[in-house]
Amino acid sequence: MTAYQLGLSVAHTAQTTATLQRVAVVLFAVVGFALVFELVRRRALMERYALLWLLAAVLLVVLAIWRGLLTSISRDLHIYTPVNALFAAGFVFVTALLLHFSIVISRLSEESKTLAQRLALLDERVEQIERAGSGGRGARRRAGER
Amino acid sequence: MNRFLAIVPAHNEVGAVAATVAEIRGSAPDFDVLVIDDGSSDGTAAAAEAAGARVVRLPFNLGIGGAVQCGYLFAERGGYEVAVQVDGDGQHDPRDIPRLLSALRADPNSDIVTGSRFLASRAGEGHRSTAYRRLGIALFARIVSWLTHQRVTDPTSGYRMTDRRAIELFARDYPTDYPEVEAIVLAHKHSIRTSEIAVCMRPRTSGRSKISTSVSLYYLVKVLLAVLAGSLRGRRHLERGVVSESTR
Repeated sequence: MTAYQLGLSVAHTAQTTATLQRVAVVLFAVVGFALVFELVRRRALMERYALLWLLAAVLLVVLAIWRGLLTSISRDLHIYTPVNALFAAGFVFVTALLLHFSIVISRLSEESKTLAQRLALLDERVEQIERAGSGGRGARRRAGER
Repeated sequence: MNRFLAIVPAHNEVGAVAATVAEIRGSAPDFDVLVIDDGSSDGTAAAAEAAGARVVRLPFNLGIGGAVQCGYLFAERGGYEVAVQVDGDGQHDPRDIPRLLSALRADPNSDIVTGSRFLASRAGEGHRSTAYRRLGIALFARIVSWLTHQRVTDPTSGYRMTDRRAIELFARDYPTDYPEVEAIVLAHKHSIRTSEIAVCMRPRTSGRSKISTSVSLYYLVKVLLAVLAGSLRGRRHLERGVVSESTR
């Protein structure tokens, strides 16, 4: 095998690998998209949170198919290796998402705390009323409901 | 119904809560006793009820801040004029309640009176915390004193008596975990004034401190953040002399 032939075959292998990688990325994105969609269909995931993930999957497909896009974006941003631009963008996306979730969790805990307090106070009041009117019709009906 | 309320937060304190309730009723007969059962898995609620307290059962554990705030909501809705927090674990001696009440009444400028372990007249008496813990308390005392422009010796004490204005504020807004230090700064932001009297605390008769050594650093940093953020937060729901709509 001549050096020329060897070079050709290496180039050929590299290109095949790159194509395979892109196919893998597209498949990964499609599976992710399907998973998120299925979660929404089963009402396990709210639409407003699903949209972000669907958007991320679509972006991934676009970047995998449109070869020059990532390269030109990273060149414009003066990032030497295109993949670093991808990593940076992914990192920012995930970080922003996590911050968003922390905010949502904080609000939810605040709300569930308020609910627990109101419920406990109501519960005590109902019990007081039942006790005060014990033997009364209303009290018995309520006791039956609980 | 009385105009005064004792708020007793209790989480798995079946060994101490009945005695605490009985002591409050003995030392401060003018006070209704409300036990907030903070999602206990033992018989805390039943024991408190048997001892003659009203009991509010939280459906799950909210932590001390959420439990105490529930007591303030109860006080606000019940039209109580004065509320006092007494821990369900027996650390706070209910015999101090009349002294807290007279201190609250003696000083028209003060809306909150805290029982302090570190005031000169009785410092060193009673149950002492570990040196490590006292160092942390001293640090908070410095910061809170600086932020509120007055001398605060025991900002972590949960033994507090509040008047109607403070009840309304805390019913609406009360810090979540480790709330004592933050609550003073919060009150100060609403121009609610605090003072202290000397009390002795007893070793707890049941349960254990929520603040173990491993979480004390978290406690320190969390409270520092809360206090600094709180002091930069311009939340003013209540002005002096303005009756809030919830009073009605």
